[in-house]
Parts: sequence; structure tokens; C-alpha cells
Amino acid sequence: MSAGTVTTLPPNQPEHENLVEERLVAWFFVAALVYMAVSFLGGLLMALQLVRWNPLQGSEWLSPGRWRMIHTNAIAYGFLANAFLGALHWAVPRLTLRPVLSRALSYFIFVAWQVVVLSTAAGILMGQAQGIEWGETPVWIDPLALAGLLLVAINFMAPIIKAEGPLYVTLWYFMAAFVWTFLTYAMGNFLPEYFVPGTSGGAIAGLFIHDLVGLFVTPLGWGLMYYFVPILLQKPIWSHGLSLVGFWGLAFFYPLNGIHHFLYTPIPMFLQYGAVIATIAVELVVTTVIINFFGTIWGSGKAVVNNLPIRWFYTGMVLYFITCFQCALQVTLTFQALIHFTDWVVGHAHLVMFGVFTMWLMGIMTYLFPRLLRRPWYSYTLCEWHYWLSTAGIVSMFIDLTLAGVFQGYAWASLQPWDVSVELSEPFWIFRIFAGLTIIAGQLCFAWNLLMTWLGKTSDEPATSAATNAWGTA
Amino acid sequence: MFESKSGVLLIGGLIFFVFAFLSNAVVPMLMYQELPEQPTAALVNENLMYQFQDLSLRYPDQFSEHFGEATQENCVEALDLGREIYIGEGCWHCHSQFVRPVSNEADRWGPVAATPEYQNELQRPVMFGTRRVGPDLSREGGRRGNDWHAVHFYEPTSVSWKSPMPNYPWLFDGSPDKPNKRGLALITYVQWLGSWLDSYPLYEDYVPLEEQMDNPLAQ
Repeated sequence: MSAGTVTTLPPNQPEHENLVEERLVAWFFVAALVYMAVSFLGGLLMALQLVRWNPLQGSEWLSPGRWRMIHTNAIAYGFLANAFLGALHWAVPRLTLRPVLSRALSYFIFVAWQVVVLSTAAGILMGQAQGIEWGETPVWIDPLALAGLLLVAINFMAPIIKAEGPLYVTLWYFMAAFVWTFLTYAMGNFLPEYFVPGTSGGAIAGLFIHDLVGLFVTPLGWGLMYYFVPILLQKPIWSHGLSLVGFWGLAFFYPLNGIHHFLYTPIPMFLQYGAVIATIAVELVVTTVIINFFGTIWGSGKAVVNNLPIRWFYTGMVLYFITCFQCALQVTLTFQALIHFTDWVVGHAHLVMFGVFTMWLMGIMTYLFPRLLRRPWYSYTLCEWHYWLSTAGIVSMFIDLTLAGVFQGYAWASLQPWDVSVELSEPFWIFRIFAGLTIIAGQLCFAWNLLMTWLGKTSDEPATSAATNAWGTA
Repeated sequence: MFESKSGVLLIGGLIFFVFAFLSNAVVPMLMYQELPEQPTAALVNENLMYQFQDLSLRYPDQFSEHFGEATQENCVEALDLGREIYIGEGCWHCHSQFVRPVSNEADRWGPVAATPEYQNELQRPVMFGTRRVGPDLSREGGRRGNDWHAVHFYEPTSVSWKSPMPNYPWLFDGSPDKPNKRGLALITYVQWLGSWLDSYPLYEDYVPLEEQMDNPLAQ
């Protein structure tokens, strides 16, 4: 929708009930939260193991090495994928004014995807993981997951293809994401496993790790931001031109980044330089997107105080900018020499996955659950605790792990015995446990609040401004 | 074009993705065409056979039960199984397998990683790794004895008291002197790492097996 033109709505605008299968949206969100809990247990187990506090030592099924893979896979394919599918089932029909191809197919996808995620977990626990980061899904599940992704694309592309007139930004991101996610999954799970060994296989694995974040999670996340932010602020996106720059910049530069995960490996140096330059280019693109969103909220800044979903969204955007700025620095060979293989990278990964995308999805859930359940939140105080504990937890974990990485890097470079790097990491690892527990406490507030809301309980909390705000009314 | 369905799907979705794949994945594949993938059978070398025979002497009962004789074919079987366990247990999430040309890594671990080392079946998928909670393992072979590895896998803190590595008792039949099939295979795999290098073993003097068994205290 370019500036100046007024798009008229079709004369017989369909009713919301005929567009959105609300029950399914809620199911996807609940499934996402369950996997999040599983993922957090895995993370906690690994964090305890690092400081030798793991009380479950010596059990094959509870091995921290296997649960570390559960931790990452449950977040990517359990939490993020389910939460995105829930949000897509809300946003796509409302944007296109058409329901998805088939509600039955939607329910089938819901069940099939849970089968994929649960069998991934079972396979990993049985020691059948695949040796590709984020692609540990055992090989016998990969074809099923790929078929699932195809069905998702078909189900959502049907209403998008039928939509008339110029497409809104959100739909550019979604359409591209359907193509990218399918291609990325196929590339990353099959080529390095069956066809390409060694150095070139490493280059493909690098593309896969990065594309999974950049071409599956990022476009769906930004697409949802372009959808929900203008609705909540009740004003259009600031600049259509910058939206174009953001989308096409991401589409061109992001896929070229992958090899930056394996700098200083035997992968040819000119390819490493190319990946470094493309990564710095992405940072410039990201800056335009951030400017666009801050231009949008300009003049409505008070919303971050009294509109909780907006606060989740914009906190995530600030952390996104920090992540990408950090990325442009750490991807240089200078930084890599020091920080590669350290906890710095772990901190970066947590900031992206929790600090950005989980925050956005939590904002969306905070906004949508009252609408799905047709009643206001049981407690707005608990909503606030959810936000503040999550934010405090992730920011302190990020700072802690980043510092730990610098210490580890210098300890290794100085050729001290390996144990020295472990010993000096311990205070950071202990602090990290508590940062993680803070995040978990925040999610428990959310879970309790959701349960009470679902059961229709009311609290004797005095009415706050939040309760009377637009975002809080069911 | 920039806002149309076909533009987004074809140019953004497909063409840019394919361009990145061609430039970042197909280019290195073409560059290393003349280095075809070696099968596991071609990876068994003298150094590794020495370790494999050593395992058969140290743990005769377990070894004969699970692998029979210390032959080349059985060594191939142990290597393949060992790699599966290395991946399945997530070893590679805490141990890398490449020595970088920076950060004094060549002084700590040995020769900087090179492409020919990775053009084989055991490096598909490649085990570059992603994090070093523990040290790099690509030059680990021969650096420590099989009994050290057995005790270490059973309970890492008993030989490295600050180690955050988990215990792996399920690779043993109850005690560290009884590695089971998976335990023997994993030790074989770890001893393979770097066994192809001239500098093997990196720190310890090479003593032929017979000589070592004749006079075990000579070192």
C-alpha cells in the first residue's frame, strides 16, 4: 500500500469468525509454551552440569550432552515454529480477508508438527542425533518435517495468492519465508549428511545454521512486527520505502552470511571475506528497519509504558539492533580470533533467540490470549512480572556470557593450561544459572496467569491503566 | 516487481537463495573436486591399528566379545560406530575439531587444520564443532593412552578434577576397566583423530607396542 492511495475494503468484508480458527491459534500457543518449558529444563540441566551441580549424573536418558540438543531443537522447532504457526493462523487470514486453504489441513498440520517435534526429541534422547547444528533431527524424521513445511506453505499460500491489489509488507516476508524455510531445511539436512563431506559440507552447514535464523525465524518475526505494531499503535508504518529496503536487503544479503560461522577454517579465505562483508551489509539493512519502526512509534512513545505488547515488541527490537550490531563486529577476523568457540557466541545466540524472537512472540501472546479466550488477563501485575523478569534475565545472561567469552578467549590465547579457562569461567557459569532461573521465573508467572485466565478466575487486583487500555480489552 | 507476488517468490525467495547457494556452497565443492571423499576403510593407518591392538590387549574379554580380533575390518566397524556415538552424545557441541591459525592454537594443539584432512566419510557431516567447553580434539589421537580415555569417559573428574564433562557410565559394563562395545568404539574414534599426521603422537614418544608390553615401566 503505497502512501497516498486509499485501499478500499471489499464490500462484503468477511467476519472474523469465518476467517480465523481461534481454537487452533490457542492450541499452537499452548504447544509452544510446553516445548519452551522442556527447552528450559534442558538448558538448566546443561548449566548445572557446567559447574558440576548436576544432580542427575550418570543416566543415559538424562545425559546433558543429549539434553543440550533438546534445548536448542525444542526452542527452534517446538517453541518458535508452533508460536509462529499460531500467529500466522491469526494474521494471514485477517490480512488477506480469506481463510486458509483448509481448516482440516490446519488441524492435520498441528498434529503432524507435534509428531515431528516429539519424534525429534525421542530420537535425540535415544542417541540418534544427526551431526548438524540445529539439524540434529534424526535422519528418518527429516522427510516428514519437509513434507510438513510444504503443507504449511500450501495452506497459507492459498489465501495469499488469491488476495487482490498490492500486498502488504508482512505478506512479502511470509511468502519469502515459506520458500526459504523449505529450501533451507532441505539443503541443510540432506546435503552435508549424504553428499558433501568436509570443508564444503562445513560451508553448507554454515549456510544452514544462518539461514534457519535469517530466512525462517527473522522474516516471520519481522512480518509479524509489521502486522501487529501498526495495529497496536493505530498508525501506519512510517516509511514504505524503508520497508522495501529492509525486505530486499535481507533477501539479498542474509543468505550470503553463512560461512561467517566457520571463519579461520580451511574454507577458502575469499569466501570467508565475502561472508564477513555480507554480514556487515546486513547490519546496515537492519539499521534501516529499526529506523523505520522507531519512526513509526515517534510521537506515541508513551505506548512503551502503558501498552505491554508494544513494550515487548520494542524491547525485542532494541535487543535485535544490539544483536546485529554485535554481529557486525564479532564477524570480523579480529574479533573472531578472540571470541570464536567461547561463551560470547552462546550469549549472542541467547540474545537472538530469547531476547528478540521469544520477546516478540510473548508480546503477541500477551495481546492475543485475551482475544482468544474472550476475557481480560487474570492479573496485569503478573503480565508485568513476566516482562520484567524475562528482560532482566536475558540482559544479565547476555552481559555475563559475553564477558565470560572474553576471559575464555584470552585464557586460551595465553596458552595457560586448559583447566584455567574452566576455572575462570565458573563464576560466570554460576551467575548464568541464576540469570536463567530469572527467565524461568518470568515464564512461570506467565503460565500461572494464563492458567487462571483460562479457568476464568478473577483477581481482586485494582483496575490499572493497563486493564483499561486498548491492548488489554478482550 | 518489488511488491508483486512473483517478484517476492521468484527473485527474493528463489533466485537470491540459489545465488547464495551457488556462490557459497557450490564454489568450494568445485574447488575440492580433485579431493574425493575417502571411505572409512581408507582411514585406518598404522598409528590407529597400534591403538586398536592396544585396546585388544588391555581389555581382552570385552574386546574379543564385541570385536573379536584386532583386524583392519573390525577397526573400520569401531570407527564408524565411534563416530555415531561421538555425534549422538553431542561430544561435538563442546569439543571442536579444527585448529585455527590464530590465538596460538598451533602451539597448543599442533598443525593448523587443512582441507585434505576432512575429505572423508567420517567428516560427513563435518565435525568442525561450535564451542570449546573442552579442548579441541582434532590432534587428540595418541596423546593419551587408552586406559586414560576409559577412566576419563567413565568419570572425567577422576583424572581431571575440575572437568565439567558429564560421566558416561553407559559406555561401560559397570566399571572403567570394562568398556562395552560403544566404549571401545568411541575410544578408537578419539585415537583416530590426528593419527594421519606426521607429528603423531604430538607430545608423547612413540614406543612400539611389543616393546611397551615387554617392559611397561620403561617410560
